[in-house]
Amino acid sequence: MDLVFSQEDLDFQEEIRSFLTSEYPLDIKERQDNRLPFEPEDVIKWQKILAKKGWFAINWPKKNGGTDWSPTKKYILQNELAVANTPIIIPFGVNMCGPVIYTFGTDTQKRQHLPGILNSDVWWCQGYSEPGSGSDLASLQTKAKLQGDNYIVNGTKSWTTLAQHADWIFCLVRTETTNIKQEGISFLLLDMKSPGVEVKPIITIDGSHEVNTVHFDNVKVPTENLVGVEGQGWKIAKFLLRHERTGIAGIAALKRELKRLKEICANVILGEGSLLDDPSYRRKLEAAEIELKATEFTELRTLSQISSGGAPGPESSILKIKGTELQQTISELFIEMLAYYSHPFFNETELGSNEAVGPDYAGAAMPHYLNFRKVSIYGGSNEIQRNVIAKAILGL
Amino acid sequence: MDFSFNEEQTLIQRQVAQFIQRDYEWEKRQALAKSELGFSSENWKIFADLGWLGISLSEESGGFGGSALETMIIMEEFGKGLVVEPFLETIVLCAGLIDSCGNKDQKSEILKKVISGEMHLALGFVEPQSRFNLADVTTEAKKKGDGFVLNGFKSVVMNGPSANNIIISARISGKQSEEEGISLFVVDPKLEGVSLRNYPTVDGRRASEITLENVDVTSSCLLAEEGKGFKELEKAIDSATLAICAEAIGAMEVLYKTTVEYTKIRKQFGQAIGKFQVLQHRMVDMFMEYEQSKSLLYMATIKQAEKAEDSKKAISGLKYQVGKAAKFIGQQAVQLHGGMGVTDELNVGHFFKRLTTIITIFGNTDYHLKRYSQL
Repeated sequence: MDLVFSQEDLDFQEEIRSFLTSEYPLDIKERQDNRLPFEPEDVIKWQKILAKKGWFAINWPKKNGGTDWSPTKKYILQNELAVANTPIIIPFGVNMCGPVIYTFGTDTQKRQHLPGILNSDVWWCQGYSEPGSGSDLASLQTKAKLQGDNYIVNGTKSWTTLAQHADWIFCLVRTETTNIKQEGISFLLLDMKSPGVEVKPIITIDGSHEVNTVHFDNVKVPTENLVGVEGQGWKIAKFLLRHERTGIAGIAALKRELKRLKEICANVILGEGSLLDDPSYRRKLEAAEIELKATEFTELRTLSQISSGGAPGPESSILKIKGTELQQTISELFIEMLAYYSHPFFNETELGSNEAVGPDYAGAAMPHYLNFRKVSIYGGSNEIQRNVIAKAILGL
Repeated sequence: MDFSFNEEQTLIQRQVAQFIQRDYEWEKRQALAKSELGFSSENWKIFADLGWLGISLSEESGGFGGSALETMIIMEEFGKGLVVEPFLETIVLCAGLIDSCGNKDQKSEILKKVISGEMHLALGFVEPQSRFNLADVTTEAKKKGDGFVLNGFKSVVMNGPSANNIIISARISGKQSEEEGISLFVVDPKLEGVSLRNYPTVDGRRASEITLENVDVTSSCLLAEEGKGFKELEKAIDSATLAICAEAIGAMEVLYKTTVEYTKIRKQFGQAIGKFQVLQHRMVDMFMEYEQSKSLLYMATIKQAEKAEDSKKAISGLKYQVGKAAKFIGQQAVQLHGGMGVTDELNVGHFFKRLTTIITIFGNTDYHLKRYSQL
């Protein structure tokens, strides 16, 4: 056992830091540091900068344009990027659809889609959930009927993140109705510009437009856009779930936010001292810090298991639960720190000017708190993750 | 021992409940929250006509001489409809304060208009550094001739944009956090030197940042005895705390019931999700938090109405419990509604937002637990 990085790791860390100093655009940095709402152009620009350096598709094999890096090296990069608060990478292309295509796709599909993902020229979104199929994803009802060289797709996907910017969507669709609901599901790639695709915004309680409903009305999809074998899409869906590495950047971002919160608290005057001198608030901060430490090391233990050849198993459910609970706790502590100054809110109405009220860090806190209610719901709700642990780890 | 309402109180409760059901549909409420004013002047007129605005004010002020009980009944029903009209600010907080410590002229000039629905009020008691400490006042008042001159800043003044008069706490002597030396002034926002920055808040209501720059006020604007405003301010905040807790309990009742109904209808894995034990226990906990809050509400309201010695302590205990319950019930109602819970379209998210601000308003759980232990 040891907790020390090798000289090579430390050199790499230095290399990332000097890269960030010279290559991280100042205008993007300013928007990120001020916690301004997400700009798609910023993310694309930043992903392209990373790709040029060869630091974008780090989870991919080298032969497909990736890196073949060790888990430690990936961890170091993701950690440094999060500490610097660079834009969060949009996972749908590079972390989700890309691996599916190079693992299950045809050579034509690889040639058609992988370059666009690697260069961030094509924006992908994920068509999984439906109005009637959330936690019970396998009950999905969007139908794809074979008609000559095309599938005719009909149905509705919901909670589709950033579909309003997407060029393509990867979808789970039902090609056959069977007794076992996991059978008869297929994995389709669908051009969002196809006739019959309609994207409708869903506005969330923080006032933002992040998710959408996507309707398919007799959308023609060429059969060559089927990935893998017809009716075996569930296998791909499960592969993707295993591939979704939820942790890493999440932990580093949490550490950054907790540090920032502590720094702000030290300057929040309370009587003779600061908010940090308030024992009840302080106790909550420290408890979050300990929980975060534990989660970080649970993740490091998982990582070291992968480096010594093991596969990430249901343990990733622990990271999903603990990581999202911490996200919510820290966003709550921001609200508590602000007290009354968490209340001014400009997202709901267009009344008056949008100039911030109170300290400059106040404006983003409430929208974040509200928005983060989603994290214990999405990606397999935390109730479902606990079911996974009960069944797969505890054998209950 | 009797926890039932008398005939008159039952009548008021029915009247308010009927108004919420019949005239306060969800779409209407949403339209009001998004309008320029933030509430409906017509509704306010109705409240006046039905006598709700003067119900808890003393008879000598032109009210009906009710108590904290009547306020509780109205506020709990308002909580169920997520009413945006500023009853809490104008009536409970400010009219109550003037009723308690105003002089004859102030009562007859201000409260008459308030009760008839022609005047709105707000209370500026928060400053950027004060958090929940009512005595932490840096806004200063200096004697000038017969009157006073005010300088300072008040933050997040609820109902500030609509108020025809704003009550301001200002320091006339003493150190920053001393209870002695605080005076209350009734300030017309149209006076020279008063400037308001108005904005919406996350619960769909309105508030203001208020700057006072060499504002000349006459001695007739002084409320309560000079330098002795703290006790009155604290009393008014306590009454309003009780009222906002009643509102929260109304909102919590809607949330836990809505959640139970939803889990009976929403099906996953071939059955209603309410059949899953883990969700059943969660909802039982929501229900129990609601019941415990309601018990403390009754206890504290009775003590307040009887002017019991320990009513302050009872109110802090109540606000602590309500803060805890509001957070749990609000968050779990969203969680159990899944994706739907975080949409702007569904009412659940808006109940959650109001409960979130109520947790902070007049002091959060940490503050009230500490106050409870010190009283």
